[in-house]
Amino acid sequence: MQNKLQVDKAVRTVLLISASLSIVIVVSIFIFIFRSSLPAFKEFGVQGLLGELTWRPANGSFGILAMIVGSVMVTLMALVIGVPLAIATAIFLAEIAPRGVQAVVRPAVQLLAGIPSVVYGLFGMVVLVPLIRRIPVAGNSGYGLLSAAIVLAVMILPTITSISEDAIRAVPRAYTEASLALGATHLQTIFQVLLPAGKSGIVAALILGIGRALGETMAMIMVIGNSVILPAPLNDNPLTVFLSQARTLTGNIAVEINYASGLHASALFATGVVLFMLIMIVNVSAHAFLNRSNALAN
Amino acid sequence: MTEQELTPMKPADLRASSASANLRKRQTTQKLSFGLLWLASLIVVLVLVVVVGYVFITGFKSLSWDFLTTAPKGGLSGEGGISTTIITTIYLVALILVIAAPLGIGAAIFMIEYQEQTKAGGKFVQALLQAANFGVETLAGIPSIIFGLFGYALFVSTLQFGFSLLSAALAGACLVLPTIIRTTQEALLTVPVSLREGSLALGATRWQTISKVVLPAAIPGIITGIILSVGRIISETAVFYVTLGGSYRLPNSLLSGGRTLSLHLFYLAMDTNAFEKAMGTGAVLIVSIIIINLVIDLISRKLSAGVRQQQ
Amino acid sequence: MNAIKLETNAYSLFYGKFRALEDISLKIPEKQVTAIIGPSGCGKSTFLRTFNRMNDLIPGVRTEGQALLDGEDIFSMDVVALRQRVGMVFQKPNPFPKSIFDNVAYGPRVNGIRDKKALDEIVETSLRGAALWNEVKDNLGKSGLALSGGQQQRLCIARALAVKPSVILMDEPAASLDPIATQRIEELIRQLVEEYTIVIVTHNMQQAGRVSDYTAFFFTDESRTGKLVEFNLTRKIFTNPQDKRTEDYITGRFG
Ligand SMILES: Nc1ncnc2c1ncn2[C@@H]1O[C@H](COP(=O)(O)OP(=O)(O)OP(=O)(O)O)[C@@H](O)[C@H]1O
Ligand SMILES: [Mg+2]
Repeated sequence: MQNKLQVDKAVRTVLLISASLSIVIVVSIFIFIFRSSLPAFKEFGVQGLLGELTWRPANGSFGILAMIVGSVMVTLMALVIGVPLAIATAIFLAEIAPRGVQAVVRPAVQLLAGIPSVVYGLFGMVVLVPLIRRIPVAGNSGYGLLSAAIVLAVMILPTITSISEDAIRAVPRAYTEASLALGATHLQTIFQVLLPAGKSGIVAALILGIGRALGETMAMIMVIGNSVILPAPLNDNPLTVFLSQARTLTGNIAVEINYASGLHASALFATGVVLFMLIMIVNVSAHAFLNRSNALAN
Repeated sequence: MTEQELTPMKPADLRASSASANLRKRQTTQKLSFGLLWLASLIVVLVLVVVVGYVFITGFKSLSWDFLTTAPKGGLSGEGGISTTIITTIYLVALILVIAAPLGIGAAIFMIEYQEQTKAGGKFVQALLQAANFGVETLAGIPSIIFGLFGYALFVSTLQFGFSLLSAALAGACLVLPTIIRTTQEALLTVPVSLREGSLALGATRWQTISKVVLPAAIPGIITGIILSVGRIISETAVFYVTLGGSYRLPNSLLSGGRTLSLHLFYLAMDTNAFEKAMGTGAVLIVSIIIINLVIDLISRKLSAGVRQQQ
Repeated sequence: MNAIKLETNAYSLFYGKFRALEDISLKIPEKQVTAIIGPSGCGKSTFLRTFNRMNDLIPGVRTEGQALLDGEDIFSMDVVALRQRVGMVFQKPNPFPKSIFDNVAYGPRVNGIRDKKALDEIVETSLRGAALWNEVKDNLGKSGLALSGGQQQRLCIARALAVKPSVILMDEPAASLDPIATQRIEELIRQLVEEYTIVIVTHNMQQAGRVSDYTAFFFTDESRTGKLVEFNLTRKIFTNPQDKRTEDYITGRFG
């Protein structure tokens, strides 16, 4: 009997330690990345790192502004391309697809989520980049924001679709019935009742999609061109900015960390800090919206 | 919802012609819009078909038994097969699961099963539980390159494990930990409270109840989480790109480097002209992911069938 | 007797293989309150939802026989047009998570009315019609969910009135309300019947006696299939039921 209780206590302690591990890891990640970035912050200051455009490790220039702009631009473009498709698919799955069609579309979305990012990157390199290279603009290599944004749009689509679908499905059935009983069409019911009522969940889905987009690494390296430049139009036509090459924060880290040392390595950790902060902001707001939508559903 | 029997209106229905014009307009809008929604979903499915189809068709040429069973030779032409990368992937999956599965399952058990004890158990445990929840939530949202950077700083450099299986496995374990914790939590939550109460009422200790009653009932859900993690590891590249080194040879110890399938694909795509071989590798990856999805689907179908039987 | 507003002939409804209603023939008079009573599960809601085709939302529902509104076949009407003519109030008040104004203006808006003045007017008349205007006129921007349960239900009635239907279906509209709120709803029903045909499902015999002009008694046996036992003036059903089962039910010999 005594023995049994002792085992119980010991097990509890072991489990408690495992449970604390996740927070320990979060804190260690935070500490290690910040600590390693300190030399760069000391040397150049926040302004010198975040506000400078030139990144030339050989000359001791470590401005990451161009990468911040690159990450933000490719993310926004991916949203513009991906969000309409993603939300439309979510509405379709939640409201209008017959069962048989759902049974095809939903696994398809699931599989899209599961395909490794290097496969998307490879597809982008082999199919998309040559296609976009055909756009006759001087200096257009095919590698650049547009190719990257298309690849990224496909990669964030499953996240946005499945969370939005859940949000739409969580809207109480009573609202649908009330709307239809008032002589609204099904389409009016979707747009004037279901989407507004599911808004928090859908916004959370978008924010989580943004998080995925900002964090994507390998596929971006493979198609965005990786030049450290502030994206700019290639000629008089301002639209050609989308054909410009760029580099993402994630790409900057991955491409250079393996051979960096000293201040260079520290500046890469500083890149990580910026990414980390961006993602934290994104995730905290996503969870705030998710909690709100859960509260509404109950 | 099946609301689509839009039968044409009979003249007798028309109370006022403007109302009926409005109705017709609304219904036309609805038809057009639903058409667009169908189209959007069709595009999504087509994207999948095109990506997977392209990878299969172009990769098919290089796929062969030889390709799967010979080692890559390195070099710019990307000669050879992918045997060592398959084995390295398996090594890494096994190592990561050995580290992350017990910890993740243990953490989830504590977070779910010891909840009410925690309420009585003082401020410290309560704060810890909150912190753990926050930790899981945060880890789940951190991009993989950050795990890579962390693994590089801690395991590769500070602890001097170098670019190695060990460094990669430790970093990878951090990556899949939230997945395992969350799916295990969900699985535990589906076990009815009455089962636990029954066992506790018979004088079993909490751990006896958990190990003999709760865990067996939660096993399928937990396995689903582990298989999900396998998928995650197979597709992951960024973490291993900065911790595993990238040698195409077979690792001969925990401290030697290597490359996984997806890492191999990346190197082939970026450093060689062997696009066909890269596609072949991609096809192998996609097939593994499809198998994983099918297995998970099978388990969850079995699970929901079981739930229906119980009811 | 008034003109016939709603009518079913040999009407049956199936949920998949299960026959929920069998062979119901009933004529519901215009501008009267008709109560549908009967034990739980006898198909009262199912029958009520026939008249605005809410059952269409449930997969696998099939019907036989006829259902008519003003002599026209309900099932060959356009369903949206039908629902503009036949409003519904549900058991649990279900205002949208929108302002009071937007709740009432919902129906007219989806119907294409955009003019602010016209909407103002419709909202006011409807809220007055539902005896809610005086309580909310200064707070039209407030969320409909912030009202009390009884007020929410009257808001739902106002929302239905705003579409200008000629029939209002009510499925146990007071079941989730306290006695005072219930009384207000009952008074309101008596006012509304001046202009509307009202069909109300209720479990409360006294309520049926107080508000209705006609009563239909539905019943079911082990087969769980609902059948119409008796339909007559409420007065007659309550004082002189023709069927033993009706009498037993009314005097409280069934649950
Ligand atoms: N969506 C459905 N699918 C299958 N069967 C249903 C469905 N809705 C109702 N039923 C069945 O049809 C029968 C009639 O149900 P209905 O809700 O119309 O009864 P009711 O008289 O309104 O009961 P109550 O007084 O409890 O509201 C019941 O046996 C019920 O189980
Ligand atoms: Mg009912």
